[in-house]
Amino acid sequence: MASDLASIREALNALPGIPCEGEAPVFAEPWQAQAFAMVLTLQQRGVFSWNEWAEELGAQIKSAIAGGDPDDGSTYYRHWLATLERLVARKGIASTEALDRYYHAWDHAADRTPHGQTIELRADDFR
Amino acid sequence: MQLRVRALETILTEKGYVDPAALDSIIETYETKIGPHIGARVVARAWADPEFRTALLMDASKAIAQLGLEQKVGDHLIAVENTPTTHNMIVCTLCSCYPWDLLGLPPAWYKSAPYRARTVKEPRKVLADFGVTLPDETKVRVWDSTAETRFIVLPMRPAATEGWSEEKLAGLVTRDSMIGTGLPKEVNEVAA
Repeated sequence: MASDLASIREALNALPGIPCEGEAPVFAEPWQAQAFAMVLTLQQRGVFSWNEWAEELGAQIKSAIAGGDPDDGSTYYRHWLATLERLVARKGIASTEALDRYYHAWDHAADRTPHGQTIELRADDFR
Repeated sequence: MQLRVRALETILTEKGYVDPAALDSIIETYETKIGPHIGARVVARAWADPEFRTALLMDASKAIAQLGLEQKVGDHLIAVENTPTTHNMIVCTLCSCYPWDLLGLPPAWYKSAPYRARTVKEPRKVLADFGVTLPDETKVRVWDSTAETRFIVLPMRPAATEGWSEEKLAGLVTRDSMIGTGLPKEVNEVAA
């Protein structure tokens, strides 16, 4: 683990400086808040522990960096969401296939719903 | 992203793992009610009340419970005190463990790779990026947070604040001063 951390640090040396900002909003976009709240809820329900979560999120970030992610904080909630998807799949709560099916259903619902109306999921969105 | 989140939320709701109304209330709480002002209250109390300061440094989780603050994330909260000879900084090298219940959600830079990596290697340079210069004789200690153990920095009380109320003192405590990347405001930086 220690050598692991050392190698991450090494890989990070070449990165640019810290993006100092003022008082940015807590969540840049609504989906980030939703993803955040779902993780909090699942932890409280005992689906996973904070330890497990931190380990998974750390691993996710590490592999994203290896894949060229800038990891400057702007992509943080993407990693958060990917970690959540992976964990619920592994816990047998929502498989990757199920997530995919619902994703396409929502996409379909969004397409057929006129602008300005609330998007609702219907049975025929699952095709 | 939005669609992926919707897909996830729909399934979790259908299976009874989450309640959309409860999600909304969590979000509202974190957006409006939980923020660094909570940590500032704790720091101001420690400045004003030596007994509380001792209790906080001995067992921060227990001490904040006495203030009626509930610790929701992590098992242990440890308060580390700045002195003329030691300056403390907190970081999470793995991801972004942070005392949310006291400081709200972490700023983007706290979650960034450069902060996570450089704070461990060259804390003084990171402090300089934040505009903080410490005397040469001050040692910098870096505390690496984990999911179980989180830290909060107890900054030094600014000069010329004798006799100030806790409320007034809390106005001097900045978020960054509790992470260790900043110092509390000086008396002349706040309106009289």
